Amino acid sequence: MSVTPTSSDSIIPRLKAETLSTLVKKGVRADGRGLEDFRELKIITDYLPKADGSALVKLGDTQVLVGVKLELGSPYADAPEEGVLVVSAEFVPTASPAFEPGPPDENAIELARVIDRVLREYGVIDTSKLVVVPGRKVWVVWIDIYVLDHGGNLIDASAIATLAALLTTKVPRYTVTENELIQVDKSSYAGLLPVIKKALTVTVGKLGDSLIVDPTIEEEKVVTAKLVVGVGEDGSIAGLQKSGDGYLTLQEVEKAIELALRKGNELMTKVAESLKVLEVASSSPAEEEKRESPENKSNA
Amino acid sequence: MSTQVEQKVERVLVAPGDKLAEGDYRISTPTTAYRVGSSYYSSVVGLLELNTQEKSLKVIPLKGSYYPKVGDVVIGIVSDVGLTNWELDIRAPFPGTLYAVDYLGRAVNPSKENLKDFLDVGDVVVGKVEVFDRTRNPVISTKGKEFGKVVDGALVEINPVKVPRLIGKKGSMQSLIESETNCKLIIGNNGRVIVLCEDKQYEDIVVRAIRKIEVEAHISGLTDRVKEFILVEKVKRGLVKNERRET
Amino acid sequence: MRGEKPRLVDEDGKRHDGRKLDELRPTKMEVGILSNASGSAYVEFGKTRVIAAVYGPREPPQRYMVLPHRAVLRCRYHMAPFSTDERKNPAPSRREIEISKVIREALEPVVMSEAFPRTSIDIFIEVISADGGTRTAALNAASLALADAGIPMRDLVAAVAVGKVSGYLVLDIDQVEDNYGEADMPVAMAPSLNMITLLQLNGVLTPKEFNQALNLALKGINEVYRLQKETLRNKYLVRVE
Repeated sequence: MSVTPTSSDSIIPRLKAETLSTLVKKGVRADGRGLEDFRELKIITDYLPKADGSALVKLGDTQVLVGVKLELGSPYADAPEEGVLVVSAEFVPTASPAFEPGPPDENAIELARVIDRVLREYGVIDTSKLVVVPGRKVWVVWIDIYVLDHGGNLIDASAIATLAALLTTKVPRYTVTENELIQVDKSSYAGLLPVIKKALTVTVGKLGDSLIVDPTIEEEKVVTAKLVVGVGEDGSIAGLQKSGDGYLTLQEVEKAIELALRKGNELMTKVAESLKVLEVASSSPAEEEKRESPENKSNA
Repeated sequence: MSTQVEQKVERVLVAPGDKLAEGDYRISTPTTAYRVGSSYYSSVVGLLELNTQEKSLKVIPLKGSYYPKVGDVVIGIVSDVGLTNWELDIRAPFPGTLYAVDYLGRAVNPSKENLKDFLDVGDVVVGKVEVFDRTRNPVISTKGKEFGKVVDGALVEINPVKVPRLIGKKGSMQSLIESETNCKLIIGNNGRVIVLCEDKQYEDIVVRAIRKIEVEAHISGLTDRVKEFILVEKVKRGLVKNERRET
Repeated sequence: MRGEKPRLVDEDGKRHDGRKLDELRPTKMEVGILSNASGSAYVEFGKTRVIAAVYGPREPPQRYMVLPHRAVLRCRYHMAPFSTDERKNPAPSRREIEISKVIREALEPVVMSEAFPRTSIDIFIEVISADGGTRTAALNAASLALADAGIPMRDLVAAVAVGKVSGYLVLDIDQVEDNYGEADMPVAMAPSLNMITLLQLNGVLTPKEFNQALNLALKGINEVYRLQKETLRNKYLVRVE
């Protein structure tokens, strides 16, 4: 059952709320950004030694870690020649006073499902290339989104981390023995995950009569409605999700989508560029250190 | 056999989101109509009364629940007995609180006296909402001789939004029923009615009349129809002898 | 979903069930069908059937679960085990949890919850037969049930799902069209106030297709809105003995 949020974490002092609204009307935000600017973005890939692919993303104060693990499993009955994609999200209690331990709440479920839909419907991963034994054994791509620190705009940060992780995920090598048993060798990789298209999300928030991109956690308390737009690399709309207790007018929806497609395009270019920079380094420990150094920060 | 006939109603039936008027009007029912810019809209299913001369509009809801207001007369049923107060079910989202000091007119010693001896669970009480702010449950007072415990009569529950119709303009409907049946009605704003009749045979007639008013509240000519209804019922039960109907 | 794909739209622009591209399924709407609830409604769109019940405003079972200045909305969308082709486990699925959230958020902007501080308005929707478009049918029923309960609302919420099927944009998709189509876009509005309160897209649309789809949705929404108003008015058709 979904219930109107009643926790005090969603309360913002009226003075602060008024300040934010006034600033936005003037086209500025509390942190000096313009209405259409993303916060500072930092991406670190290959962050987790035990995952087949991973990325840590810092978007302002928000930190999201995505781990990708490939396991063998059975395909869906109606798609016997395709791999399986599973997206889950956890809002761990360390990330915010508002997060309680327990199974994912409606917000975590919504986040996972929105990102799942964008990846799946846009066809980011070519699942036909993930078949091991047709009709019987396929690769299951487990994408686990771990929100470590809630600084606002969790969905976009998670989408960036997911894309970065997928682009650097390696598929384990396997051999089929005489008894038709499959042996997976995780110490050696057969190649990269077949990511054939890129997609991200851009969240547009409505604050008063203005639209802002990438809201901070404070701004989210004043924003009345959000539109999460899935943006495909070819400029298609790869998903939509209106969320929040408010509403959007027809004109606002159209404006928000136009804004999101534009910013999504810019964002995807930046993400690809920062990953190229990281890829230049090989996987030696010295290079690994270089990857995490501040010089490789990319500003959005 | 009942026939479905669309009667000419003197008022217009509206639904949430229906635009009522344009311009500068005074809304006399602030919970059932609202304004955006210079447009007025209904927020419930109800009857619109638009007075273009006086520039006022009113939407009478056809259904609703009871939300306490200071000054309301309420008929409550004791739901819990405490040390120094009783809890009353007043058909609202919150129970009402009746303090022993108020009901008894004197302080009470919880260690010596048990409030159960005065009012117990199930007892019916008539009172007035004295205090209702947003921080606690409504406080009910029984000070006044028309208030207190009710020991006799029939209890009827109707939709709270029909109460004004049951009372009638300047109490006309209530007076009509009382005079035609020699019964007394205690009407609570919370949609409860106590029917007290000297002659029990009239009690049933009054209860049916109340039900009729509840169902037909939005149709004009109700007062006349109720008068006729009561008469017909009296005749049916042989309560009226040699009375001629003046047409 | 993949597999054998049936022919969904023929050369004459007729869909697999004979409907035109911009045609709603046969609908049925009724209010006041449950005696215990404060308000209730039954809605049918083709083989999709839902029942909505509203309780409240009332004190919620957990007394701390309230807000000082307004009522909270508690909303549950649930599918009965016998509503789908294969029996559905009655435990709430992630899909039902997400849909409960988007439905509640679609009703929040219209319900005048400030009128009932410290209470809870509970909206329960049961899908008894699911053939596509269940969340929009659910929202339509919830709106009617709230109005039936006399809970003040700024406007009714009317909803419909638009889909892209075999390349065509169609109105009010059913399950087959949803399974084999390229996009599914539920939209809900408070039409008198130009408020979009629910908008989701599962699939891919170009910006131009999106605009066309939105316009098609508007057409459907206006029709649904008209039907809702008619249903509410018909309840008060006078019966005279």
